Amino acid sequence: MDATQITVNGQVRPCEGISPHLRLLDWLRAEGLTGAKEGCAEGECGACAVLVARPDGDGRTRWTSVNACLPPALAFDGQEVVTAEGLGTAAGPRTAEHLHPVQQEMAERGGSQCGYCTPGFVCSMAAEYYRPERDATGSSEGVETGTAVVGEEHASDHETGPNGFDLSSLSGNLCRCTGYRPIRDAAYALGAPTDDDPLLRRQDRPAPAARPTQAAAGGSRFLRPGSMEELLGLLEQNPDAQVLAGATDAGVEVNLRHSRPPLVLAVDRLEPLLVLTLGPDRIEIGTALTLSEVERGLASRVPLLNQLFPQFASRLIRNAATLGGNLATGSPIGDTAPALLALDASVVLASAGGEREVPLAEYFTGYRQSVRRPGELLRAVHLPLPLAETTAFYKIAKRRFDDISSVAVAFALRLEDGVVASARIGMNGVAAMPLRALRTEEALVGRPWSEETAAGAAAVMETEGTPIDDLRATARYRSAMLGQSVLRFYAQTTAAPALEVTR
Amino acid sequence: MKSLADRPVNPVVGVPVSHESAALHVTGTALYTDDLPIRSSDVLHAWPVQAPHAHARVTELRTAPALGVPGVVRVLTGADVPGINDAGTKHDEPLFPSEVMYYGHAVCWVLADNLEAARLGAEAVEVDYEPLPSIVTLAEAIQKESFQGDQPTVARGDAGAALAAAAHRFSGEVEIGGQEHFYLETHASYVYVDESGQVFVHSSTQHPTETQEIVAHVLGLTSSQVTVQCLRMGGAFGGKEMQPHGFAAVAALGATLTGRPVRVRLNRTQDITLTGKRHPFAASWEAGFDDTGRLVALRATLTSDGGWSLDLSQPVLARALCHIDNAYWIPNIEVLGRIAKTHKTSQTAFRGFGGPQGMFVIEEVLGRCAPLLGVEPSDLRRRNFYNPGQSTPYGQPVRHAERLHAVWEQLLGGADVERRRTDIADFNATHRHLRRALGITPVKFGISFNLTAFNQAGALVHVYKDGSVLINHGGTEMGQGLHTKMRQVAATALGVPLANIRLAPTRTDKVPNTSATAASSGADLNGAAIRNACDQIRDRLAEVAARKLNIHPDDVRFDDGIVTGIGFSDEGIPFAELVNDAYFQRVSLWAAGYYRTPGLHWDAARMQGEPFKYFTYAAAVSEVEVDGFTGAYRLLRTDIVHDVGDSLSPLIDVGQIEGGFVQGAGWLTLEDLRWDVSEGKRRGRLDTQSASTYKLPSFSEMPEDFRVHLFERATESGVIYGSKAVGEPPLMLALSVREALRQAAAAFGPGGRSVELASPATPEAVYWAIDRARTTSREAAKPAGMDAPVPSPVRAQ
Repeated sequence: MDATQITVNGQVRPCEGISPHLRLLDWLRAEGLTGAKEGCAEGECGACAVLVARPDGDGRTRWTSVNACLPPALAFDGQEVVTAEGLGTAAGPRTAEHLHPVQQEMAERGGSQCGYCTPGFVCSMAAEYYRPERDATGSSEGVETGTAVVGEEHASDHETGPNGFDLSSLSGNLCRCTGYRPIRDAAYALGAPTDDDPLLRRQDRPAPAARPTQAAAGGSRFLRPGSMEELLGLLEQNPDAQVLAGATDAGVEVNLRHSRPPLVLAVDRLEPLLVLTLGPDRIEIGTALTLSEVERGLASRVPLLNQLFPQFASRLIRNAATLGGNLATGSPIGDTAPALLALDASVVLASAGGEREVPLAEYFTGYRQSVRRPGELLRAVHLPLPLAETTAFYKIAKRRFDDISSVAVAFALRLEDGVVASARIGMNGVAAMPLRALRTEEALVGRPWSEETAAGAAAVMETEGTPIDDLRATARYRSAMLGQSVLRFYAQTTAAPALEVTR
Repeated sequence: MKSLADRPVNPVVGVPVSHESAALHVTGTALYTDDLPIRSSDVLHAWPVQAPHAHARVTELRTAPALGVPGVVRVLTGADVPGINDAGTKHDEPLFPSEVMYYGHAVCWVLADNLEAARLGAEAVEVDYEPLPSIVTLAEAIQKESFQGDQPTVARGDAGAALAAAAHRFSGEVEIGGQEHFYLETHASYVYVDESGQVFVHSSTQHPTETQEIVAHVLGLTSSQVTVQCLRMGGAFGGKEMQPHGFAAVAALGATLTGRPVRVRLNRTQDITLTGKRHPFAASWEAGFDDTGRLVALRATLTSDGGWSLDLSQPVLARALCHIDNAYWIPNIEVLGRIAKTHKTSQTAFRGFGGPQGMFVIEEVLGRCAPLLGVEPSDLRRRNFYNPGQSTPYGQPVRHAERLHAVWEQLLGGADVERRRTDIADFNATHRHLRRALGITPVKFGISFNLTAFNQAGALVHVYKDGSVLINHGGTEMGQGLHTKMRQVAATALGVPLANIRLAPTRTDKVPNTSATAASSGADLNGAAIRNACDQIRDRLAEVAARKLNIHPDDVRFDDGIVTGIGFSDEGIPFAELVNDAYFQRVSLWAAGYYRTPGLHWDAARMQGEPFKYFTYAAAVSEVEVDGFTGAYRLLRTDIVHDVGDSLSPLIDVGQIEGGFVQGAGWLTLEDLRWDVSEGKRRGRLDTQSASTYKLPSFSEMPEDFRVHLFERATESGVIYGSKAVGEPPLMLALSVREALRQAAAAFGPGGRSVELASPATPEAVYWAIDRARTTSREAAKPAGMDAPVPSPVRAQ
């Protein structure tokens, strides 16, 4: 086996003998690369963001922004990472000033004040700068800044720049100083990368292949199994092993609750878990695909999921988090569950002894509990086809970008001649686990999709679940939001397009 | 140069330049305090043992088990303190407490070779607690009369009589939430013992001098034996004015006891649970208006939640009382202030320093009374503005009150308010489930520390023989761009290009006895001190140049690195050459600068005087769109006109205005501190102690269309290069968002009703406001409920 090592800013750095629980961020900082900062240690602020070279199909690479505070450094064995230091240099005793276009725009436009969040912003922005789908042809319009005309250029489309820059790519980065306007200006002023840009050219070649990693230190082991058989065998012998994909939940456990699992099994690069197939009667989604990969892979084929993705955490999190992780942790406020319940999804559980398929509606059994047995792994999610045509995903939270649901509700209705032929409603935040709103579904099916039916169903919906008061919302508000979601869904499906649609 | 406000030709101040560390920021090479230990060896890491009680006595502290954890080197306890066991200046904040005063209070600190060992060591420490009764909420404190510090009153006229005689009387109560600073860089200190016993402290501190003093008194040393340096801070916002001292003292104590460098860096959870926040307030008020909507009287009681110790609660309260008038003439007023003592973190400075809470109250009064008076809220505000010649309730003339009117007119015109009101009415008429509204609010904010003595500053300017310049001053850089402005001031005063000026980090052995970089005063005070130092050097150089050019020294001009005579078009001496000449003529090329703000006086007992050098004026109009299904909202557009005098650095000033506004909007709409107020085991625990539960504004909360204008031709006499302070005032412009939300919620109902809106105005709070507006709509004939202010039956006293 090769020595464990990570390539950072083009330089190979060995990482032998480090703890399986040492975060990538802490490893980078110990290497002297202190640009990435710890702001929250739970993937909320993005001060730790870095770029990593990820596979992008067809032998290509995509520079992908991720939080460095969550995954262990060992998960990056053999991979390529770029930090703010690697994008450009400031003038110093040994360096001339040579700023990356992203850095140049951020510096010139007042995009940094205290500067602490800035390296992370720069990395998130760079990932979007190199995003292959970004169409920068409108970038010549230019963006004004300065004092006389501050902000006046952006009234038209707040969240997409004239250069195709998607502002939600920065949804996982927090700044406490600037109020964001100059950062948005910097983002929207970026042109296209030049043809000789080395990071652009790097995207034309494959990302580093996954390779088996084995490491142990301080009483903990880190293993990246090379095959499904090996993984399931290890799980059978070690049912308490921490299965790790994006580490967006497990990393928080390590950082905030000091969990130190003795065995970590990295599954995020295991091919059988990375499938995405669109069959005639179902869609199969591998559980180790990141949500960003699922989003790109589905290419808007599932409108309900399309509504979900931008509301699921942040781009930084979606670049690492997986469907498998979101379902396996079984959080009562996981956001994929309501949507998948509405889509009538089922999950495939694999173990050394074989596979079984379980409807998602029967998967959750209690608070962070499920029918998943020791030694079992979520291998895939199945979505039956055809999809219900009339769908919506509503997330109620304090903040639109990157917040945790107080309540989320997903609707999937089939209407035949104005009558509700079938209804599936998934909810989170109103019980110890994600639920179907079965009584409300009952109140809808067979009735005309009318204001009266919606009002009646809303009254039932308000009584679904067993919501509680907590720091996010009162039980009373949660119940009200359940009812309002039905009315909102009705208004949205019947009003003139675009008029009543709120974000 | 004649007066402080005068600018030479071609000044470097007033030019929009980027933050002086921008290139370092974007490349990740700017160093912060906690980037230093990684570059050292043999460093010890610290972890606190935090008590799981809101109030308890420590009956037994057994540290021996921690020493059994591999890597643990020492446990610091109160017994180790050679000097005074106090993290503050009032002897009410024991660094190592024997009585736990809030949930999470650190009772001792474990030092270890690595952070993991320190944490495990902290888990191994055994502490026995005897739980004591606790007070967690403001309501409990008021009911049990648990107060601390003075209870000052600001008064003028006869509020009681004026209320009794008022044509319209209303009353109400409101609770104002606190706010976590959430600087992205948590508290950090790094201390080692230097040559000859000097304790060298790197600290993320807004107040290096006080950090120095507290480290010295904890260690039993003199201030001359302790040096504090602050490279830069990753945000501070007031949260590093008083709070860093204890952490620096822990690190310093560890370093002196072990002989090894000690790093104290709080993780986010520790930072949120250990350090103070913006003061929550509760207010009750009675207001009287005449038939034309003019305020005739205000009587109010403001109770702040000071937490377990006084910290800065008294000056915060004083500023709240001095800003309850905001921009309004209130002839008869009586406002009592008091500070609750609760078992919570010790609440502290936060941008605005009580001013926001004071202003909140009067804007609440106007926002709730306007519909009952039948006056459009912004008209009601405008009618009550100060006019020239009037003075504040504490006796300070409101100089330049006409500027308030001019700012307002410019704002309403520039933001196209009249047309947009029509558009909004149309929009609301055609959208069943959405409502839009405008909120327009002014700000008048007093600049200077209320306590007169703090209004002084020092600077040190070195000119080297090659003409390069190194400046140092007492202010700290927290992102606000102070160092950028100071370089511009020095470049202007010496007439050299900006690139000639290097600024060295803030250190107590360069400039002693500094005030905190706070109260928006950093540029005013330190800029004037730098100017003073530069003027001394320039005057000396002018004599050297005058001799060489054969002219009078008064006629020497310094411009862009060339020294020349007035009216000379072709003859000039390069600055570096002149400096070199001066050296050989044995002319001193460095100077210490000093400044004290003239004309201030303040009687804290009577709450009367002229504590402020001047007032900063500003106004904002914000447009929101509220969703009737959820109470969720978008901030569609904000326009601001802000008086910053003649801006020292426009890009920096706009950045402060925008950032302050969004931070204020966070406080008023989103940021929600929740403590466990149950009687259970976690009573007193802060439930929102992480970024996942305490939400700051993100891109989705910024105004989608954000237009900031600096008020022009605004020279402020007697202030450095005619500028005004900008750090705090814009935060309070976010009251426009709150008032817009109130009006949008009201628009779901029939109008003419006072709308109560909880703070922060989260989507849930807005939803309930909508719900009340709709309910009122359905029961339009019924009188307003107990929630709404009603014509007061309260008898005048």
